[in-house]
Amino acid sequence: MRFVRKKLISLFFVLLAVTALSFFMLRLLPGDTARVVCGISCDEAGYQQTRADLGLNDPVPVQYVRWLGKTLTGDMGISARNKQPVSEAIKERLPVTLELLIYSQLIALGVAIPLGLIAAQRAGGIFDRVSTTVAFGLLSIPSFVVAILLILIFAVNLGWFPSVGYVKFSEDPLENLHDLFLPALTLAVAEMAVYMRLLRTDLISTLQEDYITMAKAKGITSRRVLLRHAFRPSTFSLVTVAGLNFGRLIGGAFIVEVIFAINGIGRYIVDGILGRDYIPVQGGVVVVAVAYVLINFAIDLLYAVIDPRIRHARAIV
Amino acid sequence: MPAPSSEFPAQNQAPGSDYFPEADLLESGSMATELVGPGGIADGQVRELEALHILDPDQVGSGAIKKRLGLGFWIASGWVAFITLLAILAPVLPLESPSKVSSCIKYPILSTCTKAGVDTFHVLGTDSLGRDTLSRIIWGARVSLSVGLIAIVFGLIVGGIIGLIAGFYKGRLEGLLMGSMDVLLAFPALLLALAIITFTNNRSILVISLAIGIVSIAPIARLVRASTLMFGEREFVLASRTLGASNSRIISREIFPNVVLPVLSFAIIGVAVAIVAEGGLAFLGLSVAPPTPTWGGMINEGRNVLETDPQIALIPSAVLFLTVLMLNFAGDRVREYFDVKEGGL
Amino acid sequence: MSRKVITGSATGAPDAGTELLKVVDLKTHFRTERGTVRAVDGVSLSLAQGRTLGVVGESGSGKTILSRSIMGLLPSRNVVRDGHIFYEGSDIVGYSQNDMRRVWGSEMAMVFQDPMTSLNPVMKIGRQITESLIHHLSMDKNEATETALALLQSVGIPEPQQRLEEYPHQLSGGMRQRVTIAIALACGPKILFADEPTTALDVTVQAQILNLLQKQQTERHMAMILVTHDLGVVAGRTDDIAVMYAGKIVEQAPTSVLFDKMKMPYTEALVSSIPKLANPSHTRLAIISGRPPDLVNPPRGCNFGPRCNYVQDKCREEEPPLVAAETPGHFYRCWFPVDTPEGKDALARNLAATKASGAATSSTTSPDPALATATAKEN
Repeated sequence: MRFVRKKLISLFFVLLAVTALSFFMLRLLPGDTARVVCGISCDEAGYQQTRADLGLNDPVPVQYVRWLGKTLTGDMGISARNKQPVSEAIKERLPVTLELLIYSQLIALGVAIPLGLIAAQRAGGIFDRVSTTVAFGLLSIPSFVVAILLILIFAVNLGWFPSVGYVKFSEDPLENLHDLFLPALTLAVAEMAVYMRLLRTDLISTLQEDYITMAKAKGITSRRVLLRHAFRPSTFSLVTVAGLNFGRLIGGAFIVEVIFAINGIGRYIVDGILGRDYIPVQGGVVVVAVAYVLINFAIDLLYAVIDPRIRHARAIV
Repeated sequence: MPAPSSEFPAQNQAPGSDYFPEADLLESGSMATELVGPGGIADGQVRELEALHILDPDQVGSGAIKKRLGLGFWIASGWVAFITLLAILAPVLPLESPSKVSSCIKYPILSTCTKAGVDTFHVLGTDSLGRDTLSRIIWGARVSLSVGLIAIVFGLIVGGIIGLIAGFYKGRLEGLLMGSMDVLLAFPALLLALAIITFTNNRSILVISLAIGIVSIAPIARLVRASTLMFGEREFVLASRTLGASNSRIISREIFPNVVLPVLSFAIIGVAVAIVAEGGLAFLGLSVAPPTPTWGGMINEGRNVLETDPQIALIPSAVLFLTVLMLNFAGDRVREYFDVKEGGL
Repeated sequence: MSRKVITGSATGAPDAGTELLKVVDLKTHFRTERGTVRAVDGVSLSLAQGRTLGVVGESGSGKTILSRSIMGLLPSRNVVRDGHIFYEGSDIVGYSQNDMRRVWGSEMAMVFQDPMTSLNPVMKIGRQITESLIHHLSMDKNEATETALALLQSVGIPEPQQRLEEYPHQLSGGMRQRVTIAIALACGPKILFADEPTTALDVTVQAQILNLLQKQQTERHMAMILVTHDLGVVAGRTDDIAVMYAGKIVEQAPTSVLFDKMKMPYTEALVSSIPKLANPSHTRLAIISGRPPDLVNPPRGCNFGPRCNYVQDKCREEEPPLVAAETPGHFYRCWFPVDTPEGKDALARNLAATKASGAATSSTTSPDPALATATAKEN
């Protein structure tokens, strides 16, 4: 438990720093928020009013605290372009991104795990060599190239999937999954290559351990040795990387979101950046960064659960 | 705590950059690693987490280690050198101007266009505005390669210094530096770069490179720190210290040369990642402004005519893919080559 | 069913004294980049029911590879196995992995050297034991658990009930090794290979583990091959000893015969290098100078030649064959054996030569004077 407490304290400080940086980042950039918010046809009085409304006349630390307080209570301001409250927009869009990510991770793991197991079992054989090479190639393809290739083949030529747009999950779950398949696959392609190689390598390494020879020497089937003995210890890296990817992709999937016109949070932030709309960018970035930090924290904890050695660490001599 | 590197751009994770998360986890002071690191309790499983040592398929079963860079490395380097050479020589090569619009629209590869009595031969065809693809590819290479190189060099210098200091001096300073890196890592990489570029209103190669470079600082710092920690604890450093060597001497003579090697492979792969990042930004129209051609921009332009003339998008895609692949491969080989494994048969 | 497993062989005990295992000219070569490593280069031995064979040698002598090769546990890539291994009459060299799976656990079992790495760190101890019980003996979960408990008790683990639910890292080294032994014995194998079972343990625990092995062996009428680098371990606990060097057996004899009437200089050197309590303090330790040979390019002639006190030109040219000595069951491989006229002559000549060259040559290939003196003293 001391372990958890220590982590929580460091978590707190990092969150503090992250939110502070989000806040100050936009303050540091050139451009006058007040003028943008005020609009094109802004006169001096309106400008001053906007400044007062935005609290820009107060000392910066005060602004930060006020902003932090508001953010924590859900008030992240209003977008200057479409006057929509930022928190509302994020509430709509974050789940979409999360769905996309979960979908893509499932596809990636679903392909990578079996392939990795097979490759490791017959390490050095044809399947292994071919799959490793293919995987290496796949992860060298930039995601936007994957996207247009998939669109070319499956949307344009075969017409199986739409190239843009999707139906909301709440309206029609199956159709939604169908529509989101290509974008999810786009993200999954690079991930599955990485996961497969990662798992394969760890498995090969584990399979050389003494306890695997010992398990073999018990006379149990090689499938059992692979799945019951070798698999679990080999998943640590995989779980870590998958988790970290998940955290990273919350903001990092924006290219795919833009290409496939998905209303996710990444795209929201990009639109904000391009439109010089600072408030949504600030809100979006804070949410994404905090999510990333929290996910990493969860992974650290998860590590303790998966590996019983760590759980019991303090208990041993 | 918030762990490591796989942040540096999303698209492309070559094996090297992915395994460093392990090393980082190993050294970040998080519980998982305090126990399982060298000398920790579950010593036997250190290898699992020391995923820096990646087995080559050829290693399995025999215990023999291939210590050659291999033909593949030279081929890969050859391609990269070739493209770089073309890019550098672009101004003096007999190429059409990359921004010259003509009426020879969407010509296929290896075709000749005859307009107004003039024959122009297009090795790679033309795009929707009649511009010569080969020329645009080569000029676009200038953008991609410079961005890749400058970004990583910048990241290496800044991140390297931070990592060396953090890993060498340890203690509070390390905590502060790495904590800052953690915070920096929490921000989505490309978005951060994008924000920097957009808000500074400057679309020059330098700014774009620096924006991407800033994003690369944190992963590099982590890696350098992990390496520094690892080597700093080795006996030859202790030996040097007992001989009275000063800190700066130790850093420059003992630690730096050893740290350079794993960092080198990461750097090569990092260049690939930076190129993809620039490609991604260009794809969204956010890299250097037209009329300068960029690979990403070309791919984006080709998107509209995907149905009828896929080659317009596919050719730059292929070039980008190949360059990235070769860089990844070379970096991978370098890593394996310098990976010192103890123990033989 | 359980009773039988604990105290006897599950598959029935043949009469004591029947030959269980016969290895004929076993070779195990590894293909590596540097060349072919001849880890085991023509080993023959036999093992009868209930007997213990000690296999002794330095690191790199091939002793560990030998036991794994006999059991067929080596990877198949880049490994060449040649020769015959007759287990209860059948040649198991040609067996497929599937065939071997019937042998592993129920007929032959192995206790590994390092209990820290030979137990699965993320699997509970109980599971690791019951797994083979369920697989080989078709027990159901309850029966298996009960048996596992009894097994843990029989290997001397306190509070076995609790241990079943624990993970390996929660136990001390000695306990872990006991668990490994319990796992190996679970299905009542007829042969137990103990591969340096005590090397990774504290000295105080070593004797306990060895005693445990001996006790189990007696109770179960099991044959055992005890592999070690430590002559002290095999001295009182084996029926026969085989000394290995550079992948070959260089001397083999019933235990008492080996210590009394050793023939091969290497054996003599091994025995002499054991520090003796009787010697006055500060007696210089006798060592065997030099290093084990390169198994890819072994030296011409006798493998031990470069480090031998008795070495003569003939040794450098021809490799000595394994010949029988007077006592039955005693074989050795030497041109100038210890305690024979030729041997004494050879030693004397070498000693004189060293003295003559005045040599303070600390060359690693010349015989160690201290060892030579110790040897001479004992003659």
